[in-house]
Amino acid sequence: MTGTAITPEIVAQHQLTPEEYQKIVGILGREPSYTELGIFSVMWSEHCSYKSSRLHLKKLPTRGKLVVQGPGENAGIIDIGGGYVIAFKIESHNHPSFIEPFQGAATGVGGILRDIFTMGARPIAVLDSLRFGRLDDPQTGPRNRRILSGVVSGIAHYGNCFGVPTVGGECIFEPCYDGNPLVNVFALGVCKKEDVFYAKAAGVGNPVIYVGARTGRDGIHGASMASAEFTEESKQKRPNVQVGDPFMEKLLLEACLEAMQTGAIVGIQDMGAAGLTCSTCEMGSRGEVGIEIELDRVPQREAGMTPYEIMLSESQERMLLVADKGREDEVFAVFRKWGLEASEIGIVTNDGKLRVRHHGQVVAEIPNRELADEAPLYDRPHRRNIPALPSGPLPEANIQTALPALLAAPDICSKRWIWEQYDYQVRTNTLAGPERADAAILRIKETGTAIAMSLDGNGRYCYLSPREGALLAVAECCRNLSTVGAQPVAATNCLNFGNPERPEIMQQLVDAIEGIGEACRFFETPITGGNVSLYNETLGEGIYPTPVLGIVGLMPTAAPLTIPFKAAGRSVVLLGGIGDCDETRFGGTEYAKEIARELWGLPPALDMEREKRVQAAMREIGAEGLAESAHDLSDGGLAVALAECCFGKAGIGAQVDLASDLRPEILLFHEGPSRILISTAHPKKIAEIAEKHGVEAPVVGFTIERGLEIRQRSQTLGAWDLAILESAYERSLESRL
Amino acid sequence: MKFGVIVFPGSNCDHDAFYAASQNLGQQAEFIWHDSASLGSVDAVILPGGFAYGDYLRCGAIAKFSPVMRAVKQFAAGGGPVLGICNGFQVLVEAGLLPGALIRNRGLKFICRELRLAVGTTNSPFTNAAAPGQVLRVPIAHGEGCFYADERTLDELEAEDRVAFRYIDNLNGSLRDIAGILSRERNVMGMMPHPERASDPLMGSSDGLVVFQSLLRAAVPA
Repeated sequence: MTGTAITPEIVAQHQLTPEEYQKIVGILGREPSYTELGIFSVMWSEHCSYKSSRLHLKKLPTRGKLVVQGPGENAGIIDIGGGYVIAFKIESHNHPSFIEPFQGAATGVGGILRDIFTMGARPIAVLDSLRFGRLDDPQTGPRNRRILSGVVSGIAHYGNCFGVPTVGGECIFEPCYDGNPLVNVFALGVCKKEDVFYAKAAGVGNPVIYVGARTGRDGIHGASMASAEFTEESKQKRPNVQVGDPFMEKLLLEACLEAMQTGAIVGIQDMGAAGLTCSTCEMGSRGEVGIEIELDRVPQREAGMTPYEIMLSESQERMLLVADKGREDEVFAVFRKWGLEASEIGIVTNDGKLRVRHHGQVVAEIPNRELADEAPLYDRPHRRNIPALPSGPLPEANIQTALPALLAAPDICSKRWIWEQYDYQVRTNTLAGPERADAAILRIKETGTAIAMSLDGNGRYCYLSPREGALLAVAECCRNLSTVGAQPVAATNCLNFGNPERPEIMQQLVDAIEGIGEACRFFETPITGGNVSLYNETLGEGIYPTPVLGIVGLMPTAAPLTIPFKAAGRSVVLLGGIGDCDETRFGGTEYAKEIARELWGLPPALDMEREKRVQAAMREIGAEGLAESAHDLSDGGLAVALAECCFGKAGIGAQVDLASDLRPEILLFHEGPSRILISTAHPKKIAEIAEKHGVEAPVVGFTIERGLEIRQRSQTLGAWDLAILESAYERSLESRL
Repeated sequence: MKFGVIVFPGSNCDHDAFYAASQNLGQQAEFIWHDSASLGSVDAVILPGGFAYGDYLRCGAIAKFSPVMRAVKQFAAGGGPVLGICNGFQVLVEAGLLPGALIRNRGLKFICRELRLAVGTTNSPFTNAAAPGQVLRVPIAHGEGCFYADERTLDELEAEDRVAFRYIDNLNGSLRDIAGILSRERNVMGMMPHPERASDPLMGSSDGLVVFQSLLRAAVPA
């Protein structure tokens, strides 16, 4: 193992500290080769090793009676009954999507889909959580618009061609994402319980097989790129972004699922971040075996690639699998049928080492366990930073103009322009797609039951209080599921934060993780996996702390309970009541952002006990078939939720009169949680159920043929023509592009 | 009645067509792999939606060279009903079984949306169970669904009563609002909207089922 001498400069270029380098020397008992240094640098990158977050991630609840597989595999797995399981996870592709929006987002979708079908599950749904900078900013607007368009086309291109419906998600705009958009993609798949596959190598002497696209020079050091801040030079990293081929991925999906059915596959893992390096050493480590590969046998796209390049390439649409010795041909036959290249590149050994040969020469020899599981672990210092308070008293509100202005606000307005570019129906399971109900709902044809999914995060809340913001995100996801009648059962999370080496950022991360842990324990939604994305900073400017939760619920298959009012003359019930809010708790609302143009105070106050009771009541109301429509209150509060309920095909409006003495703008636009708007022909029965659960359920008004009117103690606060509100809501996003 | 659903590498609405035929219509269905030389004993063939062979080069351009397409052409020549949905329509056009072309949507973007279609003719094995002019709610999901043909071809399609469906909501810019057309012999139909996605009330509309019911009626005369 000769070649390039390792200097401190080379170590630093690999983003390894001198201490980390010494640890490598200690593990190997010698200086590493250049290839070995590259291998360590990607496996020990923040992206792959979670070295700053691992210590705190242990605080998350990961067990539950339905959990079949928790964190540590390619995806979490939940038992949904009837002999079937679902596999799901969320992943970020933030850095690549900033550098090259289309391919960055496309390969983000590709990566998470492979994580799902690696487990043996056929992907049936994708949701995405997106954050961009302001679209109308004179300086950064044009670039932000380009990034938005590119990301959406990339997601559409990959998901539509692959044949997985993109059924929901969220999209938020803040100045802090100007130089650092967030692209978090959630995917979910389904399979028989006994068909689950694990990324584990086993059986000394078994062949290691490489399948799919050839290895090229693309994406080298992608994982390390995702573990550093952005600087002016980042654009030069464009070659680090991989290029996706959804058609190849579709073939890979079908071929892998078919090959798994032969019974000749022992273990399988996709090549995602850190490519061949990660898949070999992780499979070896999990199975407590060694893996030896010969790089000459790795299918390559170009001539003259070095071992370093082959091991670190992040070319897309590649899988690594271990087959039963003697049954290789069964596996090869399936891949041949699908026109895919499959090559035996090595064997499983008994020495626990990753041994890499090139032209027969050993170019790397590293113990798997130390490489994959004993990466440095940091307890980074953290220190709380208290955000500013408001600059002055809240100005007098104009309710009549505030509502249409909020409905047109980028965070609140319809995202139709985005989601109509996604095929949200393919596979004909979508009972409720984007913006139809509070959660996306898919039927599972195999079991006759259904699942609901919701993604939620709120960077503004988390900026004001990372812990409370995280609690609120979990509560909101669960509320979305309960509103459509689903019982929340399990969660995944994507933690998007700035540079953890800064104590105030580290504090945000610690607080958010603890908040998620507390809420997930409380709502009995264990975390089954997820992703941490740190160093989301450009030129020293960090993003808001943005934990994004993805929660899954189970429910019967039925026509979905959707948002719009269906008929006039129905009672409008506000399950959970009007709630309370003061100016401090008003500072994180959309009203504060869009109308007062400030951010202050604290996020809305959450009483988790009450939240749980409201959700239980809602699920019972839904199950009894008492609600004609249901919509939870979130961004923009009561008035925005009421307006959204009026935007159905039937054009039904409402007249409400609120018995409250709150200031009108706080009454209408505060974002206190634990509230759901229901229209019903059975207000008495709903009141009985609410009372049983100990929650308020005032009838605040009734539905009418046309228009929306809101009163406070008989005084009209505002009255609107629905066409004007709907046009503000529907046309806003497109008009900004 | 037995439906054959062609599976090209990259087809992704194959299972949906299979499900509509077998579960929603309650007839037999089987998949036919793209390198099959024969269609076996099927009564009707469906070319499903998706991205056959990745749709590289041009939608449907590679699929027309697929071995199974020879069998499909023979089947069509013998009068067997062939239904192309979305990508299947694009393949039929590329293969010369239907006239015209499908080019990028007017807005240059992929659109997935339920819209209204009017039945253009009931004189076909795909529409005989519909009422003349019946309005159907059926979704589209495509990036290249704008139907294009020269004036003479368009006139001919209309004169020969070969426009099977027209858009009431024309989102992709198709000439003369054409959403689906028939071959001269009326046994081959291509349509961009997805009837198989609107064959179950749970999906929000079952208006598309009439296409499959028509095929059943044509195959098994009452």
